[in-house]
Amino acid sequence: MLTETAVRTQPSKTRKKSAHRNLPPRSELFLELRLNSNPEALCLVRAALERATEVMHFPEPDCRAIVRSVDEALANVIRHAYKGRTGLPIEVTCLRLWSANDGRTPKGIEILLKDSGIAAEPKKIKARSLEEVRPGGLGIHFMKQSMDVVEFHRKRGKNLLRMVKYLVPQQPEARS
Amino acid sequence: MQISARQSTGGTIFDVAGDIDLAHSPMMRKALLGEIKEKKTPKVFINLKNVRYIDSSGIASLVEGLKASRDIGSRLILFALNPSVREVMELSRLQKIFEIYENEEQALAG
Repeated sequence: MLTETAVRTQPSKTRKKSAHRNLPPRSELFLELRLNSNPEALCLVRAALERATEVMHFPEPDCRAIVRSVDEALANVIRHAYKGRTGLPIEVTCLRLWSANDGRTPKGIEILLKDSGIAAEPKKIKARSLEEVRPGGLGIHFMKQSMDVVEFHRKRGKNLLRMVKYLVPQQPEARS
Repeated sequence: MQISARQSTGGTIFDVAGDIDLAHSPMMRKALLGEIKEKKTPKVFINLKNVRYIDSSGIASLVEGLKASRDIGSRLILFALNPSVREVMELSRLQKIFEIYENEEQALAG
């Protein structure tokens, strides 16, 4: 698994094509979903993500990894941030990432999850050891194992999860 | 997700179809624990041939079933895992913890 150290994409700015600076866009909005915190809705998100990742030409195992990570993240939001309550809002935003060099070469996918649930405790976001055979605690492990970047933030009363998967594994210094 | 039970030599076979996810893993857990803890069936088989997807809550249900079966000295046996389910078992490092067979015939003979 890789970890990210380089410059982060800034969707709201890059989507404006950076025309004034003559720079190619680094990302564009690809898919935006708004759903309620209902476990029954997860299959719909999985179906949409499965198609989206196929369209973006991810290899089949990576498509499954991305779908699994988003599904696990949403399940965590429903179970932990919203304590199992249904009908509360969750936003899923998928951005297509482009190479910073030419703005045309596909680079990967960035997925942003936003919820208004209770703040997650950083201690509980850590993947647990797999040595112990017990139910629970595997979701974070799946996400960290499957994605190149998994970052969690709390901002203005909302939980924000950012996950990135690159089409081609990136060296940290080449990720800008 | 759909789950149905049938009897076979030495145990009960659960045929599961669909996705074992957050919405459906409680159903899986209830069926498994009912069979193991209440009925004390000596061998419980789970046919995963038609399971397209399993998440961590589904895996947790299977682990609970496994622990319950060990507690009473019975066996929980999985068979016919598709690549997606097998991948999740491997990610969880549970492929060597569970008894897993390629197909029903091998599972029943195991």
